[in-house]
Amino acid sequence: MPRTKKPVRPIAAKRVRLLLATRKGLWTLTSDLARSAWKLAGPQFLGHVVHHAVADPRDARTMLAAARTGHLGPTVFRSLDAGKTWKEAAKPPAFAEGSGRVVDHTFWLAPGHPSEPGTWYAGTSPQGLFRSVDGGTTWEGVAGFNQHPKRKAWCGGDQDGTPDGAKLHSILVDPRDPKHLYISMSSGGTFESTDAGADWRPLNAGVRADFQPDPNLEFGHDPHCVRFAAGHPDRLYQQNHCGIFRIDRPNDRWQEIGDTMPKSVGYVGFPMVVHPRDPETLWVFPMDGTSVWPRTSPGGRPAVYRSRDGGRSWKRQDQGLPKVQAWWTVKRQAMTADARDPAGLYFGTTSGEVWGSRDEGRTFRCLARHLPHIYAVEPG
Amino acid sequence: MRVRVPTPLQSYTGEAEVYVAVPVLAPELPPTMGGVLAALDGSYPGMRFRMIDEQGRVRPHIKLFIDQALTRDLRASIPSGATVMIVAALSGG
Repeated sequence: MPRTKKPVRPIAAKRVRLLLATRKGLWTLTSDLARSAWKLAGPQFLGHVVHHAVADPRDARTMLAAARTGHLGPTVFRSLDAGKTWKEAAKPPAFAEGSGRVVDHTFWLAPGHPSEPGTWYAGTSPQGLFRSVDGGTTWEGVAGFNQHPKRKAWCGGDQDGTPDGAKLHSILVDPRDPKHLYISMSSGGTFESTDAGADWRPLNAGVRADFQPDPNLEFGHDPHCVRFAAGHPDRLYQQNHCGIFRIDRPNDRWQEIGDTMPKSVGYVGFPMVVHPRDPETLWVFPMDGTSVWPRTSPGGRPAVYRSRDGGRSWKRQDQGLPKVQAWWTVKRQAMTADARDPAGLYFGTTSGEVWGSRDEGRTFRCLARHLPHIYAVEPG
Repeated sequence: MRVRVPTPLQSYTGEAEVYVAVPVLAPELPPTMGGVLAALDGSYPGMRFRMIDEQGRVRPHIKLFIDQALTRDLRASIPSGATVMIVAALSGG
């Protein structure tokens, strides 16, 4: 077993807070535990493109925000007082000098294992993996990935990326073992390491890649978001460009679970959200992936789809959401659940609205509007 | 060395114009743009990386002037008495 340090005990929650990372800055939405009255605060970093802001569940004080501006290069800001004040990283994620690669932006932030209180991971665009062991102050490339002999083949070229640049995301740390990691890339696929990132192997069998000449490739897939099932890290759920999938390790093969979605809605989307306690419950937010990929709510009628049986069946949840002419959608980091009972479900839209449910998606109401394009919603 | 700083970088300097001391190694070796940016980063940590990427290239929407002359060469010499001006140039929403 790996040597571990004593985990920091989290502070008991007295409120529910959401961190809203947007194209123009960072906002917060806060309510009491009843989740009935929400208060919007911000902006911080006005004018910065904030791709992700994440609170550290290990201490409930530390927060990191990945930011850049149109003019200025990418950086990471760190708060040690739950977002009141921020300080820039002394050494933000950057590729090795001489590698020829340049980080355009840090896209994904993930706290490390509870036994490693200062450890964080960052995924960048273009695809790079970085680690900090000092709480986000200095970042080093994970050489086992960034310099892997197959990295270039796995990641593809500039033409293989998503419209806003190829991304490394969905960094998952096995709660049982800090050395067991998963990452996913758009494009590239999902990869696994069992030695803290020293080496990696593709984990994409069973996932389709319809946009490739050979849809059953070893890598080159387009996972949009991958999450552990609650309390059950041998199960992963994946929202992919080409469907919704589930894997139950030690199996190495993903199983399609999006084929039971209504045909008129389809199985394309970006977010994947899991229930805080029930490993069989998950939510997706479908978008229109037909024809030229409008990337809007299908038919202008947004809805969340929930499965309570591990993806065998799906139920539409749209009570309170607009019924017609609502063409926004939800990006991969912009939907999340809280840990309350019943769980709250929240998402931020490309048109700057935040919608929330305090009854696990049965009913929604708009919590904020008129914000910039929302990139990420995380519990804070 | 006088350096004019654009608004996107004034969160570092607090001012639109700053003076930085650039070490002169020898009389025949005048300060360079790279030396000025290093001196700026010494006084205002983190500032250089927002302008210069990890491969030592000026980021796309940053422009560096020595008096009236635009340069993207960090080896460019800076004459005595010259002003360095940093411009953050970007259009669109």
